[in-house]
Amino acid sequence: MKKTLIAMAAAAVAFTGYAAPAAAEGERFVLVSHAPDSDSWWNTIKNAIAVAGEQMNVEVEYRNPPTGDLADMARIIEQATASNPDGIIATIADYDVLSGPISDAVAKGIPVITINSGTIEQSKQLGALMHVGQPEYDAGKGAGEKAKAAGVTQFLCVNHYITNPASVERCQGYADALGVELGNQMIDSGQDPSEIKSKVMAHLQTNPDTNGILTLGPTSAHPTLAALDELGKSGTIHFGTFDISSEIADAIKSDVIAFAIDQQPYLQGYLPVVILTNLARYGVVPGNSINSGPGFVTKDNIALVEEYAGEYR
Amino acid sequence: MAETQSAAAPHKDERIREISSVRKALIRPELGAICGTILVFMFFIAIAGDSGMFAPEGIINWGTVSAQFAIIAVGACLLMIAGEFDLSVGSMIGFSGIMIALMTVHWGFPTWIAILVAIALALAIGALNGYLVMKTSLPSFIVTLAFLYILRGLTIFISIATTRKTIIGGVREAAEGDPIAWLFGGKVFSGLFVWLADMGVVGKFVAGPRAGQPVVEGIPMLMIWAIALIVFGHFLLTRTRFGNWIFASGGDAQAARYVGVPVNRVKILMFMFSAFCATIFATCQVMEFGSAAADRGLLKEFEAIISVVIGGALLTGGYGSVVGAALGALIFGVVQQGLFFAGVESSLFRVFLGVILLLAVILNTYIRRMITGER
Repeated sequence: MKKTLIAMAAAAVAFTGYAAPAAAEGERFVLVSHAPDSDSWWNTIKNAIAVAGEQMNVEVEYRNPPTGDLADMARIIEQATASNPDGIIATIADYDVLSGPISDAVAKGIPVITINSGTIEQSKQLGALMHVGQPEYDAGKGAGEKAKAAGVTQFLCVNHYITNPASVERCQGYADALGVELGNQMIDSGQDPSEIKSKVMAHLQTNPDTNGILTLGPTSAHPTLAALDELGKSGTIHFGTFDISSEIADAIKSDVIAFAIDQQPYLQGYLPVVILTNLARYGVVPGNSINSGPGFVTKDNIALVEEYAGEYR
Repeated sequence: MAETQSAAAPHKDERIREISSVRKALIRPELGAICGTILVFMFFIAIAGDSGMFAPEGIINWGTVSAQFAIIAVGACLLMIAGEFDLSVGSMIGFSGIMIALMTVHWGFPTWIAILVAIALALAIGALNGYLVMKTSLPSFIVTLAFLYILRGLTIFISIATTRKTIIGGVREAAEGDPIAWLFGGKVFSGLFVWLADMGVVGKFVAGPRAGQPVVEGIPMLMIWAIALIVFGHFLLTRTRFGNWIFASGGDAQAARYVGVPVNRVKILMFMFSAFCATIFATCQVMEFGSAAADRGLLKEFEAIISVVIGGALLTGGYGSVVGAALGALIFGVVQQGLFFAGVESSLFRVFLGVILLLAVILNTYIRRMITGER
């Protein structure tokens, strides 16, 4: 049945003499992320690939699984491979699920750069050119060390993406640096802002000794700020977060948030496009993976960061 | 509308209205889906014909996605014809997957036992779904919506409580050498593809340990399951007495009871079949990717229902066809993957998807109304 239909459709196309438009000038790359549609953080990466695409005169497509389902992401990578791009940029959100599709792309001769989630070792195992990202456990540990210096003994890790192992690693690193058991100090907050806010409020009310908070991105940081405000605890709890946004920048300036860990997503989108383009054109490629973070944004360097928060930072 | 090919009367009977064979062919519920399929293929051959979408690798890609939709659509289709919905399909996928991974990786069960236990659990939950709907006379929408949350919550709870993770890997290693695991994650006809690659029809890998092997390894078992379930569902619905019972239960349950159809039993069995299909989906996914995650299957219940509706079934029950649902799944898969090959900007991609789905359903309904004369 399928075959007949294809044949019929092919005949119809041949009859009308319609040809698909020729590929645009320049190379074509595909970036596949694991982020659901609701995750606004990836906007910076979209901006980065737009800038890089324009500067390099290449075409970069952004793809993601709408609900964040990683099995769907594996299909998208397979699909990207089937469309024969000049390079694929992908996150390693779950090694088990994605190792097959990514190594197939490599085996087909498509250059792959991994970004964001995943480790340099995993990237190497897959045969990717390099990894551009921030080691998650180390970043969490870095945050925990700063928190320990500030005297944190009991904390709350607001995890809004509990199904991504990388997010748990951040909380785990934080806990390990403090030397306390993670236990139920990590909460599964969900993605809905009002739910996050009420869960944080409930946790802080039932655990009044909590003196440190770690949020894993603007999605959980913004409602947590609101929760602290409503509880009248703004500025009394040592508050660290991942990633930067204009609200987080304001909170850093007003001493509510101590620091934001910036993994500089702009570089994660921009560098692979530039590297892949140069590889395709001149055959040159850096020999090592690149750590785009962690960089700490504090009151001291906030002015520079703030201007581009949510856009390029 | 429960007229299927029952035994033809041997002599002319004035109680039977003559229907010409042309009209009989046109009155089939899947006609709209057939037209939709042709249109969709023509559209994508025109705009993405040279993008790799119709190369063997591309066909396997959208074929696999369509097969995924088809597996859950067959279950949803029979249940919908029987007059009920199952909104717990997506959560059931996550639940079954985690159960299999927990049993094999964490508790060290042989994979085949884990799969059978997961299927048994799913059948039990499907039966519970059906029993509650029958017993309480609540709409199945409400009862299965409750199970959408119950199962998802349980899945996340169980996986975190036992392993502190929501993604459980290592199933592939645990399933190695298992007598039935290949039935779900394996690929068949690989010899054919090696031959095709030697003939130059299929490309070969050029780098890495698999260099020289064909880029398409074989037909994934997922597709074989989809075809098997479609054939089974179609046969059950159109060639058996039970099929007539399904139509009758969904058409007018009370009237069906009067003529002796065990409506409750039919509906409960269909709830169980829907849960079974979800578990087959989950097992294939777990075996293919080697891991299970607590958030697998999000929104899949709607994708199943959408496939069935594109395929010409009525939301009110009593009318529809498995072949239609399968074509609906094919349309859905081709549109979803095809827009990517066509290079549509990803944020607009879902707008297109929605529009094309809407058009397919309108076309479908229009054709059906035109032909059957229903309003």
